[in-house]
Amino acid sequence: MTEKNYTTVSIPKPLAKKIKKRMEGTGFNSMSSYVTYVLRQVISSMEEEEKAEEFSKEDEEKVKERLRALGYLD
Amino acid sequence: MSTPHGGTLVDHTASERKSARLKEETREMKSIRLTSGLRKDVQNLANGVYSPLTGFLCGNDFDWVLEESRLSDDTPWTLPIILDVTEEQRKELSIGEEISLLTEEEEPFATLEVEELYGFDKKRMARKIYGTEDQDHPGVKRVMNMKDHLVGGDILQFKKNSTDFEKFHLTPKETRILFREKGWRTIVGFQTRNVPHMGHEYVQKTALSFVDGIFINPIIGKKKAGDYRDEVILAAYDTLMDKYYLKGRAVMSILEAEMRYAGPKEAVFHAIMRKNFGCTHFIVGRDHAGVGDYYGPYDAQDIFDEFPDLDITPVFFKSFTYCEKCGGAVDGHICPHDDKNRENFSGTKMRNMFKEGKTPPEHMMRPEVAKTVLRYEDKFVGDQK
Repeated sequence: MTEKNYTTVSIPKPLAKKIKKRMEGTGFNSMSSYVTYVLRQVISSMEEEEKAEEFSKEDEEKVKERLRALGYLD
Repeated sequence: MSTPHGGTLVDHTASERKSARLKEETREMKSIRLTSGLRKDVQNLANGVYSPLTGFLCGNDFDWVLEESRLSDDTPWTLPIILDVTEEQRKELSIGEEISLLTEEEEPFATLEVEELYGFDKKRMARKIYGTEDQDHPGVKRVMNMKDHLVGGDILQFKKNSTDFEKFHLTPKETRILFREKGWRTIVGFQTRNVPHMGHEYVQKTALSFVDGIFINPIIGKKKAGDYRDEVILAAYDTLMDKYYLKGRAVMSILEAEMRYAGPKEAVFHAIMRKNFGCTHFIVGRDHAGVGDYYGPYDAQDIFDEFPDLDITPVFFKSFTYCEKCGGAVDGHICPHDDKNRENFSGTKMRNMFKEGKTPPEHMMRPEVAKTVLRYEDKFVGDQK
């Protein structure tokens, strides 16, 4: 199961060298797990910036009415 | 405010018109009667507490959660949300059919579109989620007692679960709108199963001093004998918040869910649920969601290192005690005094005092909170005559 969940990506050798150096002292025991960690962090922060939350006006009003009735909003 | 986990806040509750239609249609459908815990899972799926899940896990996601603590699209997810069925039920169900989900009282309240029927290895699940196969672990025991097959598929809820605590029941959509109306951009979530003592207040207010608001979110549901009853916990918090918290800075609402006692994996799951409510931070204490000595005291904090993409910041607290020399709650980082000056906030000690009708000392619990607890004749689960 675990193996089929992974794929191989090629990166330039000089970059791999830099990554190896950067990994020193981090506790990661493979370049793959370190790169996975960094990429997840980068992608998640990019996604976070892209998202805006929207509810329909009708939904908002309904919710606010309930929140007022329960005393959560004045 | 945090964006919902996986990017979208799920809403799988039926419109009024559709609900009316489904109430009729479900009479003709095959049905499965759910336990109260599974009924809560359906409500949490429908309301978006478990976003991005839209139903019970299918086999591929189930395997991913067990092996990688992620869904098959790489979204962090540590506990499988699954629906178990018997061999007989499995034989009766077909892929693609819509079935009715019933409450314990056999009332239809939701539908499920059967997407996959599959078997699972209970011991493997116990090992991967709880780190043990020991059946003395309540979570493992629960897994081993599950039926032998799982059914995956999307749910749609058309009848809200009834609760004794309607006043304190908010959905993620409601808390998100509430936090925005209050002007909170940063919110810390606090999970609890207990009446608040001075140690809890210290932790909550320390965290609150760095954010805009605190979201106190007690778990309401099945409890062990000897635990505080739900209404006692809520009344105690209501008193504390009324007397000692700024009204504009604290909100309490309940979370109807069952504890799994999965320690570290459950700590991440708790954080994900609070992220869906809109929290940007989540307090994780010592042995969060642990039981017995199955997990190390800080395993539930260390696990967060594995999830750089969780998008909710855990706020870690080590152990905290009362120091008579400092005159308040402290932790190892701020108090220079010896252990002989310190006293643990012992929940067991306070519970025993309440059982004898005594009031815990003021340095352990606010007198108003203690008075509220003492007002109840049946304070603990199992007290009812």
